[in-house]
Amino acid sequence: MADSVLLIGYGNPGRCDDGLGPALAEAVERLHLPGVTVEADYQLTVEDAAAAAHRYVVFADASVGGGEPFFFRAVHPAGGTSFSTHSVEPEAVLALARDLFQADTRGYALGIRGYRFHEFGETLSDEARGNLAAALRFIVPVLTERTFDSAAGTAEGIHSPAQVRTHP
Amino acid sequence: MGTAAPSTRKIVIEPVTRVEGHGKVTILLDEERKVKQARLHIVEFRGFERFIQGRPFWEVPVLVQRLCGICPVSHHLAAAKAMDRIVGGETLTPTAEKVRRLMHYGQMLQSHALHFFHLVSPDLLFGFDADPAIRNVIGVAKKHPDLAVQGVLLRKYGQEIIKATAGKKIHGTGAIPGGVNKNLSVAERDGFLKDIEQILTWSRGALAIAKDYTATHLTELKDFGSFDSNHVSLVRSDGAMDLYHGNLRAIDAAGRKIFDQVDYQRYLDYIAEEVKPWSYMKFPFIKSLGPEQGWYRVGPLARVNACDFIDTPEAEAARKEFMALTGGKPNNITMAYHWARMIELLHAAEKIRLLLHDPDLQGTDLVVKGRRREEAVGLIEAPRGTLFHHYQVDRNDQVVRCNLIVSTTNNNTPMNRAVEGVARDYLSGTEITEGLLNRIEVAIRAYDPCLSCATHAMGQMPLTVEILDCDGRLVDRKDRGDPGDGR
Repeated sequence: MADSVLLIGYGNPGRCDDGLGPALAEAVERLHLPGVTVEADYQLTVEDAAAAAHRYVVFADASVGGGEPFFFRAVHPAGGTSFSTHSVEPEAVLALARDLFQADTRGYALGIRGYRFHEFGETLSDEARGNLAAALRFIVPVLTERTFDSAAGTAEGIHSPAQVRTHP
Repeated sequence: MGTAAPSTRKIVIEPVTRVEGHGKVTILLDEERKVKQARLHIVEFRGFERFIQGRPFWEVPVLVQRLCGICPVSHHLAAAKAMDRIVGGETLTPTAEKVRRLMHYGQMLQSHALHFFHLVSPDLLFGFDADPAIRNVIGVAKKHPDLAVQGVLLRKYGQEIIKATAGKKIHGTGAIPGGVNKNLSVAERDGFLKDIEQILTWSRGALAIAKDYTATHLTELKDFGSFDSNHVSLVRSDGAMDLYHGNLRAIDAAGRKIFDQVDYQRYLDYIAEEVKPWSYMKFPFIKSLGPEQGWYRVGPLARVNACDFIDTPEAEAARKEFMALTGGKPNNITMAYHWARMIELLHAAEKIRLLLHDPDLQGTDLVVKGRRREEAVGLIEAPRGTLFHHYQVDRNDQVVRCNLIVSTTNNNTPMNRAVEGVARDYLSGTEITEGLLNRIEVAIRAYDPCLSCATHAMGQMPLTVEILDCDGRLVDRKDRGDPGDGR
């Protein structure tokens, strides 16, 4: 589809703030945004190269040390040295989509800052919950209006809430 | 990291790449700088058993999927099998058992395909010494795109079967105590039937690659991280390979049975776990042999070695060929795991085809219940090996005790042996060369370990290599490929 969007929220909801990605996916799915397909999974893996079927893909994940409350930036196909595990990074998903399916899918990373990862628990920390709400407020109009590039800005970087509001 | 004994030097490699979770390898050297011992440390998150305690038993098949982002279906099914017995519903309806088996074969297919095409094929296609910049799935995609596409689509097919039988990837709820919550619709079945012949063709191709590679490189592979061992797996009552259900069998390195057709409800009479001070992960062993002699391997190699036959024709022909390599005796070549894994890949594809033609999948009798119990064990042959789930549930339906022995834990001692063997053969001096590092990873990867860490958030998983002298001082350190790059 010409401007179809895939949002993949990934992480482990059983590891506290690692569940930020799936939590965002669930929240977006409930909105039934036109032309937006929502997936949730524990990790990105090679079959996510099926993102090739979409014009835009947003990778929503918890961020360990990124800016608060979240960052949003373009990601580009890349492979090279991959030291991930069975999972792959967003860049590798895009590279696979390009190399295997000749797709020109445009990718963006939404990294929501989390704080608690190293314990079992199905609830987000209060701080992470606040960051999730901010990320949701930011991403919904972007998904709806397909304003990914202007939202990501011309340079990769961290968006504070104030900065985010400056973008449509 | 610990303190090195005065007479030893330590080389630390962490984390091990392209295995699930974080691992660390420590190589202990003696005064003459020869390998004294190698240890694979698993940085395992503990406390899951406590997390489960107090939860109602019917939630457990969903909760346990949080253990692992790569094999949630195996935990889902093992827990469901235990909860079947809790509700007295261990004899499932034909529809429920076949839907679960379809889910399980879908899991086996996607997991084995991911491991072989994504993690292993770069080693086989480019060689152990190839530049890591190309020795990865992207490199395969560029140089062997047809193969990479097959890997992606095999994996996707298995994942779609899981989605149709278990539900959402994150919240799989298909297996419930005493049965399943849905059957497979005609439309879903027809969708899978449309592609199954292609899946079989690709599975045959993957098997051929693994077999040919092993045969061609047999001289160098036969001693690579290899050693004699016992093997443990489930087998059917007639001795056939059965990945979903059966009884426990253990054989020694020569194929002699140590125990056979053991009801896994009694696994504690046969299997015990040893604790070692340097590892969070336990070391299981066969009780009758003790910890020194009783350690064993699980997973594809053990399953192909332990079974009497495979009940699908193409996989059985492949098994016979596999066993002929060692004169019908168990194959103890560590790198033969890949060949055995691809035999199972083909077996899973054959089983999926059989099931898709079975009208029981569209049945509507989904759940059974019987006499309530307060304790139960659920066992399954997960992609990486035998997976034990053991629960006690009180009269208020709350879990009061939980014990898990995951597949990778069963392979703990063998993985340590494999690393030690490779270190002895390839370490020279105190320098961690790319060649040594690659070979340690190759040896560990043969087991397809899942190091029980499903947290993966952005900014994790760099590779760090450190060399410490005998006083624990850092003398060298390598970092490569930090995917977080500051995120």
